Amino acid sequence: MRYVLMFAGSVDEQEMWEKLPKEQLAAAHEAVNKWFEDHSKAGRIVGGEELRGPSTATTVHHKNGKVSITDGPFIEAKEVIGGFAIVEVKDLDEALEMAKTWPGGSLVEVRPVVDHSAH
Amino acid sequence: MARRKPRRGASGGGSLGALRDSTAATDAAVVAVFREEAGRLTGALVRLLGDFDLAEEVVQDSIVAALEKWPVQGVPDKPGAWLMTTAKRRAIDLLRRDQRHQEKIALLERSTLPAEAAEADDRLRLIFTCCHPALAQEAQVALTLRAVAGFTTPEIAAAFLVSEATMAQRIVRAKRKIVDAHIPYRVPQGDRLAGRLDAVLSVLYLMFNEGYLSRGAQVAVRRDLAEDALWLARLVSGLMPDQAEVIGLLALMKLNLARSRARFDESGEMVLLPDQDRNLWDHVAIAEGIELLDKAGAMRASGPYQLQAAIAALHSESKSWEETDWHQIVLLYDALLRLSDSPVVRLNRAVALSHFAGPEIALGEVNDLAIALGDYHLFHSTRAELLDRLGEPALAREARLRALELCQNPAERSLLERKLAR
Repeated sequence: MRYVLMFAGSVDEQEMWEKLPKEQLAAAHEAVNKWFEDHSKAGRIVGGEELRGPSTATTVHHKNGKVSITDGPFIEAKEVIGGFAIVEVKDLDEALEMAKTWPGGSLVEVRPVVDHSAH
Repeated sequence: MARRKPRRGASGGGSLGALRDSTAATDAAVVAVFREEAGRLTGALVRLLGDFDLAEEVVQDSIVAALEKWPVQGVPDKPGAWLMTTAKRRAIDLLRRDQRHQEKIALLERSTLPAEAAEADDRLRLIFTCCHPALAQEAQVALTLRAVAGFTTPEIAAAFLVSEATMAQRIVRAKRKIVDAHIPYRVPQGDRLAGRLDAVLSVLYLMFNEGYLSRGAQVAVRRDLAEDALWLARLVSGLMPDQAEVIGLLALMKLNLARSRARFDESGEMVLLPDQDRNLWDHVAIAEGIELLDKAGAMRASGPYQLQAAIAALHSESKSWEETDWHQIVLLYDALLRLSDSPVVRLNRAVALSHFAGPEIALGEVNDLAIALGDYHLFHSTRAELLDRLGEPALAREARLRALELCQNPAERSLLERKLAR
């Protein structure tokens, strides 16, 4: 069963990260890398990326056959997605266990992926 | 005690109303069958088919069919087997719609559910699935009642005072999530168990309180949620005999239910603990509750339900309100606060403290909870009681009026109104 773990945090949290002293930032990155490494070794990681901030986002709208392009994310929210991992595990409990140990931020949304081969 | 008649067809319509005319004795027997068979059957089917949604649906269909047919044809000799056959047929019908399900149909046709599949763990797995923290708690409660205790959707809707459509949607959504998000059908093991068991126990306790607190004249026809919660707690404690807190919860429920005959007077008005006629308490049930509590205590794994049961036991053992061992009760509340600090526990502690250290000190502690409990009617009614004792009738009245504004429960409202009218 495949899930996507979406790593999110508040805008404030994001800013706090940017202001972190070098050593602390390095330690935080180290923890995130280790999380990815451990779960990769256990065969649970299919893929994943860290995303640049919402200020770098561009949104493409499709409406009535017309396409328009705007600056910014599609939803202005207090929480922003900072990255994601695609994981392959047995069930939701295993995915939740992974999310519980995530060291990189305060929120993880866990979503099952639609299996197009089954239907 | 007046016999309560289980309510069916709460909406007044449809086939569920058919049983209304049957005798209370038959009703009780039918409820017992549903309780005993629904979870067993659903559990076995989930394991066999690997499809929670389908399994739960066909068992529910068989219950609804039974509610239609049994009042007319009589309850069959082997009601469990009847439900099983009906559920199985229904499952085969549904599966036939899809060619890819040949294998499952073959499995079903060969099986002799749940006799062969009477794995003790099946119902426990089912309970843990229904009470999975990935589901909203209100959905956990509804699913547990339906899948494990054999409630129908209208019965659950009536118990929680929401429309049938709302309740049906809540259940459909939760079941879809179980299937789509792959919520496992499993009893969690190792260090994951404690947290998940807490979730199960809080669902059962919520269910119990919903039934217990709303007991009164106006709910005389409801399928008894408190009794069903007690039944579920007994089931879980039978399946997990080494869990002290499960026994603690069972003891707590038993001790509370033992007082229920004294909780309402002849005209259906609520009577609070200080004014209850203690001769009306069920002293056999109290003895059983205390025995359970001792059994849990011997396991040396204390927890909030055992502590609450111990408080209930002290009340139950006391000859009168005045002779209650308030000091011991305050100590138990302190222990409870150390486990989990909550403003409601603090409020209850303050009531005990008022009889031990006086109403003035207690009022100070209650006032400290104003921010946390400002919207809670019992905060204001507790203040009112303390203010009365301190000779402040005007302030007491003000607090009681505020409590009345916030209180939903008809029996509690009526009690407040009576006190205001004095």
